[in-house]
Amino acid sequence: MLTELFPNIKLDNLLEATYETFYMTILALIGTCILGIILGLLLYLTAKEGIWQNKYINLIVAAFVNIFRAIPFIILILLLFPFTDFLIGTIRGPNAALPALIIGSAPFYGRLVEIALKEVDKGVVEAAKSMGAKTSTIIFKVLIPESMPALVSGLTVTAIALIGYTAMAGVIGAGGLGNYAYYFGFQRRDFDTVFFCTVIIVIIVFIFQFIGDFITNKMDKR
Amino acid sequence: MISIEGLNKIFSLNKKKIIAVDDLTLTIKEGEIYGVIGYSGAGKSTFVRLLNRLEEPTSGKVTIDNREITSLNPKQLRLARQEIGMIFQHFNLLWSRTVEDNIAFPLEIAGISKADRSKRVQELIDLVGLSGREKAYPSQLSGGQKQRVGIARALANNPKVLLCDEATSALDPETTNSILNLLVDINQKFGLTIILITHEMHVIRKICNQVAVMEQGKIVEQGNVLDVFTHPKKSVTKKFVEQIMGSSEADEDISNLIDNYNDGKILRLHFLGETTNQALISKLAKKFDVELNILQGKIVQTQAGGYGTLFVQAKGGIEEINKAVRFIQEETSVEVEVIRDAN
Repeated sequence: MLTELFPNIKLDNLLEATYETFYMTILALIGTCILGIILGLLLYLTAKEGIWQNKYINLIVAAFVNIFRAIPFIILILLLFPFTDFLIGTIRGPNAALPALIIGSAPFYGRLVEIALKEVDKGVVEAAKSMGAKTSTIIFKVLIPESMPALVSGLTVTAIALIGYTAMAGVIGAGGLGNYAYYFGFQRRDFDTVFFCTVIIVIIVFIFQFIGDFITNKMDKR
Repeated sequence: MISIEGLNKIFSLNKKKIIAVDDLTLTIKEGEIYGVIGYSGAGKSTFVRLLNRLEEPTSGKVTIDNREITSLNPKQLRLARQEIGMIFQHFNLLWSRTVEDNIAFPLEIAGISKADRSKRVQELIDLVGLSGREKAYPSQLSGGQKQRVGIARALANNPKVLLCDEATSALDPETTNSILNLLVDINQKFGLTIILITHEMHVIRKICNQVAVMEQGKIVEQGNVLDVFTHPKKSVTKKFVEQIMGSSEADEDISNLIDNYNDGKILRLHFLGETTNQALISKLAKKFDVELNILQGKIVQTQAGGYGTLFVQAKGGIEEINKAVRFIQEETSVEVEVIRDAN
C-alpha cells in the first residue's frame, strides 16, 4: 500500500534521512543543553543582586545571546562556514551542521534557562546560604534541581525548534529529512516524498513533545 | 554569647538612603530566648539577616560565641554559618527534595558521610515529630509540618544559635502554639540560644525571656519580658501589650462594677509573674472567712509566670478581709489595691 500511495519513496534512503535527522537533533540538543545552561547561569548569576553580580560580564553574555538570537538561522549557517570547516574539516553532512545548530539554539535556550532560574524561590537560595553552602552547591543542588521542570520544558521547546533547524540545514547539504525532501522530493517534483517527510518530521516533533511533557510532569513535585 | 555593637545597615535606593538598622547595640546571653518585636518596616528582618551576614552590615560588630562574625572572610563565614541555624516565615524548603533529603541538605553541605547523615536525619525527624513522613515532599505537608522540617534542617549541624525570622507568622494560631512549644523544648533540651523576630506579642509572651522592641531601625525598649509588659514606656510597646491584654482603657472602666456590686470590698489584683501562688483565690478562701467573687480580669501566661489583672469582690467581716489583703501583700508577689472599701 505504501508503494501505491508514495511511489517515489525509497525506504532505505528514507530511513537513513530519518536517522540523520535524529542524529543531528540529539547531538545538537546535548550541546545546546550544556551551552545553554552555562549561558543561562551566567546571565542569572551576574545579574543585579546575583551571587556573581558583574555588570560587564552580564552585558557581554547578554550581547552574545541577543546577537546570535537575532541572526536568521539560514544566514548563521552560511556565516559559520569557515568556523565549521576549521572545526569539523568539512561543510557537508550531519556533523558539519552541529556547530551552527548549537550556536543557533543555545542562546535561545540560554534565555529560557535564565527565566527558569529566576523562578526559583529566592528564599530557598537564601536558606542554602544561611547553611553555609558554596556557590557550586547552590548551583548544582539548589538552582538546577529546583528549576528542573522549567529547564526540561524549555529544552523540549528548543528541541522542536532544532528539528526545524535541521531541516533548513538539510537544504544546504547537511543531510536528514530536510535534505531528502528538498533534493529527492521538491527538485524532482515528487511531492509524495515531500509530504511523507513532513509526516515523519511531525511525528518526530510529537515524540519529543510527549517525552518532554512526561519528564516535566514526573519531576514536578510542587 | 552574642554581642552586637553599633550595628548599622543603610540601603541606598534611587540615591535615597534608607537606614534599616540604626546603631544597634545588644547583648544576648547563652540559652536565652530573645524576642525582637516590631511592626513591618521596623528593620527587624534586616537585623536578623545581619547576624549571619545574609545582609552585609554597613558598619558595626557582631560576635557570636566569641567569634567576630563581621570580620570573617567568605570561607570562614560559610563554616561559621553551619553553626547558626535559621528558620524562615515561608519555610524555604526545597520542593524537589523529600523531607529527609531536605533535612540532610545542611549535612551534605558540611560534608558528613552518607551513613552518618541518615542516622542524624532520623534523630531529627523523631525530635520534631515527623516520623512516618520521611518520604513526603514539602507540597504534601501542612504549614506546621513544613516548619518542623525547617526546624529539623536548622538543627542538623548542632548549631549554638537559632535565628527565627517570623517563623510562625504564616501559621494559624494552633499550629503557632505547637511550633512555639517545640522551640521551647529545643531551647531547654540543648541549651540553644534562640533569637526570634515577630510582630505578634503573644509569641513573645509565650516563649521569650527577653524582648527588644524595634521601631525605625532602633531598639526603643528592651529588657525582660515581664518588666516590659508591666511597665511599657514607649507608645509602640504599649500598643503591643494591648495586643494581648486588651486596651488599658477597657480595664479602667470599672465604674459599673462598683455600681453593680455594692457590698463588700472590691480589690484589684495585679499578677506580675506570679508562679508560686497560682492558686491564690482558693487559698484565700480556705485560709480566711471571706467570699470571693471574680468580677473581671485577664491573666496571661509568660515564661516568667502569670501576668495580668483580676478584679475581685470580697465579702465577709471587715477584719477578715483586711487580714486577707495583708496576706496577699506580705506572702505573695501579687500587688493588691483596694478600689472600694466596704461600707
